[in-house]
Amino acid sequence: MRRVVSHPVLGTLTAAREVKIYVDGKEIRAREGEPIAAAVAAAGIRIHRYTAERGEPRGVFCGIGQCTDCVMVVNGVPNVRTCITPVMEGMIVETQHGAGSEDR
Amino acid sequence: MRKVDLAIVGAGPAGLAAAIEGAKRGCSTLVLDMNPLPGGQLVKQIHKFFGSQEHRAGTRGIEIAAQLLHQAETEEVEVMLGAEVYAIHDRTLEVAWAFTGDSSASSSGGGATPPSRHLAIAARRIILATGGAENALNFPGWTLPGVMGAGAAQTMSNVWRVLPGERILMVGAGNVGLIVSYQLLQAGAEVVAVIEAAPRIGGYGVHAAKIRRAGVPILTSHTVVRAEGRTQVEKAVIARVDSSWQPVPGSERELDVDTICIAVGLRPNARLASLAGCCLHYSPRLGGWVPIHNSRMETTIPGIYVAGDLSGVEEASTALEEGRLAGICAASSLGKSNPGDDERIAAIEERLISLRSGPFCQPRQDAKQELIEIGEVQCCKE
Amino acid sequence: MLQGVKTRGYPSLQELESAPGYPSPGRLEKGPVAVIECIEEIPCNPCEQACPQHAITIGEPITNRPHLDEDKCIGCGLCIPRCPGLAIFLVDLTYGQGVATVAFPYEYLPLPEEGQAVQAVNRAGEPVCPGTVIKVQNPKVNDQTPVVTITVPREYAAEVRGIRRIRRER
Repeated sequence: MRRVVSHPVLGTLTAAREVKIYVDGKEIRAREGEPIAAAVAAAGIRIHRYTAERGEPRGVFCGIGQCTDCVMVVNGVPNVRTCITPVMEGMIVETQHGAGSEDR
Repeated sequence: MRKVDLAIVGAGPAGLAAAIEGAKRGCSTLVLDMNPLPGGQLVKQIHKFFGSQEHRAGTRGIEIAAQLLHQAETEEVEVMLGAEVYAIHDRTLEVAWAFTGDSSASSSGGGATPPSRHLAIAARRIILATGGAENALNFPGWTLPGVMGAGAAQTMSNVWRVLPGERILMVGAGNVGLIVSYQLLQAGAEVVAVIEAAPRIGGYGVHAAKIRRAGVPILTSHTVVRAEGRTQVEKAVIARVDSSWQPVPGSERELDVDTICIAVGLRPNARLASLAGCCLHYSPRLGGWVPIHNSRMETTIPGIYVAGDLSGVEEASTALEEGRLAGICAASSLGKSNPGDDERIAAIEERLISLRSGPFCQPRQDAKQELIEIGEVQCCKE
Repeated sequence: MLQGVKTRGYPSLQELESAPGYPSPGRLEKGPVAVIECIEEIPCNPCEQACPQHAITIGEPITNRPHLDEDKCIGCGLCIPRCPGLAIFLVDLTYGQGVATVAFPYEYLPLPEEGQAVQAVNRAGEPVCPGTVIKVQNPKVNDQTPVVTITVPREYAAEVRGIRRIRRER
């Protein structure tokens, strides 16, 4: 996916302070204040987790913190709703498998 | 325990409007919202609103959000973000912060571990303005990444400035489907088609006309049969439906899309109201289960009020008016009123009737009336 | 009722001609005039106050369709960017010999430039004829709703309601 840089109503995307997060070990440059889901989408990542039983991929569905489809493991904590959780410098984000605990 | 006169859950148009009215009448007012930004869904509404000129029609939703926030600030309303209310009992709200961007909320002061804290808030009056949630639609492949709510795509594009996809199929030609299609075009995506299972377009003709002249087909009596793709959407298969909503064999068509947006209506987000013990009523016209409330927006739990999409899915304009009404009434029940409040309430009610008139909105007016009539019987009398 | 707009997504000529905001053929012949393609009863009235000539009336209830007093309308086009539904156009059949102008709201990037050759499209987005951009207006009062005016052969003025969107460079 790509950033919407120029926009007829919203204007040109203003510069934001850069925040580095690590998604499955890969460094991603996010915009300060944006949720994890936006940062990973801008980096082209659509799969946030795999389901417990069938291992099916899931991504962003509601985008406003209600459906929990977009959860990932953040700083070791599973089931974090990435669509309403802002990025923070040095955050470690991982694709979640099942419930995200050791006994997956 | 933190104590306030008025606690409001949800910083959207209804919640902020309620907060402003409460604070104007001298209530100590706190607004809690789980999102990182205040404004509710106004923050992604980049189109100019309908409604009456006297009430900011023709203004874009994002500007209305900014105006409300400014007013809330002037009235010294406190807004707490990232704050999730997970229980309400005896007019006490249990609030949890999970992650926030605010390092002051963090015990460790950084991103190494998730900051987390809890707070109990005792409120003399509570207004729930938790908004709505998008309905899902089940079809084979609907769980693939790339299938998302139209509102999610709108949030990604307009708030976070990330295009949710390049080639989009919009499912549903109500106002949300039509408006989000237009806004995705504006953000630079291609909308391959808008499909609608009903034989007629549900949204306003002017919204449909905008995207039609931009070259987007609107296919009525069509449904999505399945989404295909290994790890994400690579293709959509659509088909015509007959008068009993069944796909017509042989009418299937493949569309080369990477994203399928679902815009098949919203429902009131009544989970917290239900947890708080408010009695609900099922009203299809209002989007599903809604908390019963009286003409003062008070629910069956004394001291708990509702406003906005939670009390029936409508528009931002009606949410603002209901929020004002709830704010004035909640303050009044605490003995805090301003001169002229009776006239103000009458004017709000008049505007609500006007906003709910016309062939589009009259059914909602009828449903609201029915809900309030139930509320007048079931909700406590002063 | 309203078969066109509710099935195809844009109003039929018949629906338009029966709407109170659509100017008469006689008025169109006289010179620039607003063409209000708002044919449903929706709760909206900013167009009423947008017109300095008071040529547009909604009144009460707010769901009334806009009525154009075509004798009062001077064809200034100030109503175009104020309509939240982007449903007002300006047509001038008297622009030149066999040439008309059509003005419409255009909220996309990139904006066309004056003098640019464009593909004029009808209400269904289908190309109908070539056009030339003569004006692109986006003053602050428009609040990010630019108004584009193009010339087209006169016989297409009743159908042309926009241009094929210009592809963005990535």
